[in-house]
Amino acid sequence: MSNSVLEISKLRKSFDTELVLEDISIKVPEHTATVFIGASGSGKSTLLRCINLLEPIDDGVIKLDGEEITDVEINPDEVRRKIGMVFQAFNLFPHMSVLENIILAPMRVKGSSRDQAVDQAESLLKRFGLLDKAHQYPDRLSGGQQQRVAIIRSLALNPRLLLLDEITSSLDPVLVNEVLKTVRDLKAEGMTMVLATHEMGFAKQVADEVCFLKDGRILEWGTPDQILNKPQERQTQEFLKQVNEAGRL
Amino acid sequence: MKNEASREDSASQFNGENSQSKYDFGGKWQPSELELARRAARAKRNKRSAIIAALSSFFVLGGLAVIAVTSPGWKLLSDTFFKWAYGVEVLPKILLGFITNITLTTIATICVAFFGLSIALVRTSKAPALTPFRILATVYVDVFRGIPMLLVILLVGFGVPALQIQGLTNNVLILGLTAVIITYTAYVAEVIRSGILSIHPSQRAAARSLGLNYVQTMRHVILPQAFRRVTPPLLNDLVALIKDTGLVSILGVTDAVRAAQIASSRSFNYTPYVMAAIVFLLITIPLTRFTDRTLRKSIEQQNAQGLA
Ligand SMILES: Nc1ncnc2c1ncn2[C@@H]1O[C@H](COP(=O)(O)OP(=O)(O)OP(=O)(O)O)[C@@H](O)[C@H]1O
Ligand SMILES: [Mg+2]
Repeated sequence: MSNSVLEISKLRKSFDTELVLEDISIKVPEHTATVFIGASGSGKSTLLRCINLLEPIDDGVIKLDGEEITDVEINPDEVRRKIGMVFQAFNLFPHMSVLENIILAPMRVKGSSRDQAVDQAESLLKRFGLLDKAHQYPDRLSGGQQQRVAIIRSLALNPRLLLLDEITSSLDPVLVNEVLKTVRDLKAEGMTMVLATHEMGFAKQVADEVCFLKDGRILEWGTPDQILNKPQERQTQEFLKQVNEAGRL
Repeated sequence: MKNEASREDSASQFNGENSQSKYDFGGKWQPSELELARRAARAKRNKRSAIIAALSSFFVLGGLAVIAVTSPGWKLLSDTFFKWAYGVEVLPKILLGFITNITLTTIATICVAFFGLSIALVRTSKAPALTPFRILATVYVDVFRGIPMLLVILLVGFGVPALQIQGLTNNVLILGLTAVIITYTAYVAEVIRSGILSIHPSQRAAARSLGLNYVQTMRHVILPQAFRRVTPPLLNDLVALIKDTGLVSILGVTDAVRAAQIASSRSFNYTPYVMAAIVFLLITIPLTRFTDRTLRKSIEQQNAQGLA
């Protein structure tokens, strides 16, 4: 197997008095997707925010392509350019059109010329079937379209790693599918990804590895089949049972 | 009442000039008989509403005017406050004074915008190096938002010259302007700060995770959205600022208020004050209408974004 794009060892994170992540160690090889599942409050979002250096950590090491990004001498802005991230909601900048949203970072961060950035943005939009929305403002797009634009925007800096935090949880089921298709396409193209999700079906489709987070620890991990179909731990079984029951309502 | 109003809203939406082209995708659609009947009914109702509004306005307002003019005190009142011939005579002096108010407003607006933004940025930043400035800014805003502006004008206008410091000006115009700027910077800094804080934290996270640094995030993502939200309150402050420049007249600055005061004390007639009021209104009423419209637009925009 190829080298790890992301490698985390013994990560620990607390907020004030609450220990949120403890002893987290994972490796994410190139062109693979690791999916985190777990109850609300188990620490999925916090983990992704730590990887993107949006949250300071208490202890442990995070490496991107073998380089320690938790080093105090490292400029976090430069690290974030190599990592794309999409949140649950409020991703797009409402005062900018779709195109302006996408070209902002290439122009300001990478120093691309406007023409270059627009060319690249248009080819990305075309690839994902959203070219006709280029000049719309975000409030004119459906929720699913907004999330797809957010994904496209995070691709504009050619990131090494994509972090997707419950990007479908504010969408209704029909819109979920179009977003999931976009993620599957990216996976097929070889993007390396870390995801947090409540959609077990989605986890099954894209994950190479599934990690079950319980109270800030990785309780069980393995292939989607191992974790989602034949979980060993009682708590994993209980969680999946709950998710299934909720899904049937 | 409420129901009526909202029905009219939707009616105007459907009766618009371009309703044909707007709903006619591809040029084959003809409104049904039912829809045509509905439109006719709506048009009829709108016409009836307009007639009722016009008639009731005519009788109520006209009635009030007749009562006022025929009342026994009307003669004395109009001689004291509305002696138009005298008003026109003193108008040039008042207008000349008003130029001072406009100048003060213009310079103050520029300075207040600059200092207010700076203080808002200092107060919202989390940089440890700025901690002492953050404390100072907080104290400054609390103090100057909490005392009457007239006191600040008196303190600066009479207090500073009393210090007799070499090189400091005794020019009442500059001292008055300084007092206005000090006070309004505190108001405006607070308005801008509340705008910055009202932007959802995910917007900042989204910008930072694209690799934008703090300054770029502020400049391209946070401030443009914040300014959009605080434009209506800032315009309100501008209207208040224009009026409040009249307060520097207490220092002896010959602005419109002072010019009116001089004219009035000479003749024991209050028409000059009324003239000055009219001059202020000529600027402030259009600005107030404009503010209202901006506010309505910004609310519509926020509704569209599902934020309101
Ligand atoms: N900024 C913060 N300050 C204090 N506590 C926080 C903060 N952010 C998260 N937490 C706490 O950390 C814990 C983990 O939160 P996190 O958002 O990572 O959960 P999650 O697994 O993403 O949940 P969900 O599925 O609901 O999104 C929660 O108990 C939460 O209260
Ligand atoms: Mg979360």
